[in-house]
Amino acid sequence: MKKDVMICGVGGQGTVLASKIIAASAMEEGSPVHSAETIGMSQRGGSVTSHVRIGEDSYSPLIPFGSADVLLAFEPSEAVRNLRYLKPDGVAVVNTAATKPVTASLNDTGYDGSEMVAYLEKKCSCIFVNSDEVCRPFGSSKFFNIIMLGIAAGSGKLGIGQQTILAQIEKRVPQKFVAVNKEAFQTGFAIGSSGQN
Amino acid sequence: MKEYVMGNGAIALGALTAGVSLVAGYPGTPSSEIIETVSKYPHQGVHLEWSVNEKAALEVAVAAAYSGARALVTMKQMGLNVASDPLMSVAYVGVKGGLVIVSADDPGPISSQTEQDTRRFADFARIPVFDPSSPEEAYTMIQDAFAYSEKYGTPVLFRPTTRVCHAYASIDIPESFAPGNYEGFVKDSGKWVIFPRLSNMNHGKMEKRNVEIAKDFSSYRYNTVEGENSEKAVVASGVSYAYVKECLRGHRNVKLIRVGTAFPFPEDLVLQALEGVREVLCIEELSPYVEEQILKTAGRHHLDLQVRGKLDGTVPHNGENSVELSAKILKEFLGEEIGSQIMDVSDAPALPARPPVLCAGCPHRASFYAVKQAMKGQKAVFCGDIGCYTLGNAMPLDMVDTCLCMGAGITMAQGFYHLDKDAVCFAFVGDSTFFASGMTGVVNAVYNEADMILCVLDNSTTAMTGHQPHPGTGRNMMGNLVDKVDIAKVLEGIGVKKIITVDPLLLDESIAAVKECAGEKGVKAIIFKSPCIALSKPDTKCMIDSEKCIKCKKCIREIGCPALTIRDGSVVIDRNLCTGCGLCSRICPVSAIGGEEK
Repeated sequence: MKKDVMICGVGGQGTVLASKIIAASAMEEGSPVHSAETIGMSQRGGSVTSHVRIGEDSYSPLIPFGSADVLLAFEPSEAVRNLRYLKPDGVAVVNTAATKPVTASLNDTGYDGSEMVAYLEKKCSCIFVNSDEVCRPFGSSKFFNIIMLGIAAGSGKLGIGQQTILAQIEKRVPQKFVAVNKEAFQTGFAIGSSGQN
Repeated sequence: MKEYVMGNGAIALGALTAGVSLVAGYPGTPSSEIIETVSKYPHQGVHLEWSVNEKAALEVAVAAAYSGARALVTMKQMGLNVASDPLMSVAYVGVKGGLVIVSADDPGPISSQTEQDTRRFADFARIPVFDPSSPEEAYTMIQDAFAYSEKYGTPVLFRPTTRVCHAYASIDIPESFAPGNYEGFVKDSGKWVIFPRLSNMNHGKMEKRNVEIAKDFSSYRYNTVEGENSEKAVVASGVSYAYVKECLRGHRNVKLIRVGTAFPFPEDLVLQALEGVREVLCIEELSPYVEEQILKTAGRHHLDLQVRGKLDGTVPHNGENSVELSAKILKEFLGEEIGSQIMDVSDAPALPARPPVLCAGCPHRASFYAVKQAMKGQKAVFCGDIGCYTLGNAMPLDMVDTCLCMGAGITMAQGFYHLDKDAVCFAFVGDSTFFASGMTGVVNAVYNEADMILCVLDNSTTAMTGHQPHPGTGRNMMGNLVDKVDIAKVLEGIGVKKIITVDPLLLDESIAAVKECAGEKGVKAIIFKSPCIALSKPDTKCMIDSEKCIKCKKCIREIGCPALTIRDGSVVIDRNLCTGCGLCSRICPVSAIGGEEK
């Protein structure tokens, strides 16, 4: 199997854990994996990306443009910013809830993500999800990364078994949060497998 | 045993596999995780430390290497500037135990001030340099680096770049590690004491030795030639080799030469590989170092060779390389289609800029704001420094007028004062930077009679690079609790007459402290003490009373906290980001913010 999975968002959204779980799950299923993270200054509220490359014959630590099978975008403008990584026939899983940068609040640019969502809709195959809505039953946005992971898995585009990912979640989150994270994953999985918004 | 680790982890584990006895360094992106990885794996018998700065780290390690032990030093590329004093000298003296200095370069630059090239530093110091192209390679290459260091009795440089440091891969490591045996220091003043006569003698020996190493490197496993005979060749090094490999899949009509040791340059190998080649393209990041060596080789051997790269404008001098950039250059060079089909996004809506900002609840924001308020209407210069607080330059705070290098703010503030006695000159420095290279600057200020206000932004950690401990935190990398070095006492000892410690989140007290200092002569210090918000666990959040809020947006305009945003025309606090620091509540003109709910 050869898959490139690109994860993007804003520092603090939990993209790194999502990328680690995908990488570990793919390895568990016997595939060689390489990945790369944005670390450093950009973590402080800046744009962040994680690149997960599954399978033989990948050399660059970063996914080349036009190669990602799946783009997991935790923020709508970040989805557009990183759209070039996606294969023309790839799938983007996109959070429609915008994270306003300080500069946008200062100048009141009116940025709310809707323009990005409209653009993405006409550019590629998308599964949209709104983090505010989907996280409401969980009482915290902290589980959104696992929901996104569930959507990607549910869409069938990751090529990794549901149980393999669940086992990795169990391994990587603190014991008292395992049950709620599994529930978050299932919530996402249902969205991904139905392909609905 | 398989481990999935970051390139920096691979370097650490490679050094442990090589039997390293001492590891020292100073944090700096992209190198910081090397020492952190050593601390997370069993390392009994290994001395591990975050040194006070890179110069100290290298000197500690030099002593280990003189004693016959293997020692590893880690830093980012600009740290090597700080460590260059001992580096240049130890290059002449030589070592007994293997001494590997990791200096991680940062093409882009992504988290650095410069795009300097450690390979050039190796040439300058006349010592070998190793340049891995992947985490897997880094793991074995660092072991080779120790072996070469001991074989030739010289310190060696090891320079990964950001994309190698921060890439993850699976590596196979032993079940356990053990530091190698070493003899201990043996007195020999003719060998370990650098004097002009010794330097002169060793200089000659070094140059002869480097010719030998160049020959040795011609058969080194990471200097390779791939592909069939062709009139065209590509030379790549570091992560650029990985980019070129990614591009050249299926393109057999070109030779690929990888240079993993830029200095001493493996000329024999490259000369042989260039036989029959008419045109060569050099793809490397930072300086055109390998390209220059190819040009030298071509000149020395009268090769009829067209050399393409940075020097003829084929490859950009600045910024990092990528698969896309390599594909574009290779497409032109080879006259073939290269790379995947890429979506055209030229019609995309304008993207919001998302520069890094101080975190919501960061105490630095409060410190900067207090100084700004206190100095309103007065002439002042605000010298910044290296750390999270460099982000204080962003609007709306706009409180960092200069940023040069570690510790420079303190000394620059003095220079501004000597040139303009009317300006109130401030220096903002973090606690870790204060210990690294700030203290001597304060001595300079006291001795040379500067008027300045030193603002130590003490958040009790090295936040920017990932929260490493330092002398003020009371913890070290051996896992021990140690006496804290007290910044106020240090300043007192230096002779700073006025030292005020204040919690920056108490806005009125902080403003009063700044005003008090601004009214006095000499060197004054304010220690703004409040823990890094990423480490403390706040249990409150602020709320905006929408009935009271007059939508003046003063909170947003004044402090630029990422938790404060506008939604549907109203100012709201993002509960996921707010830490309840309360700074905004102290600014609100109608007291609409508060209600710090549990």
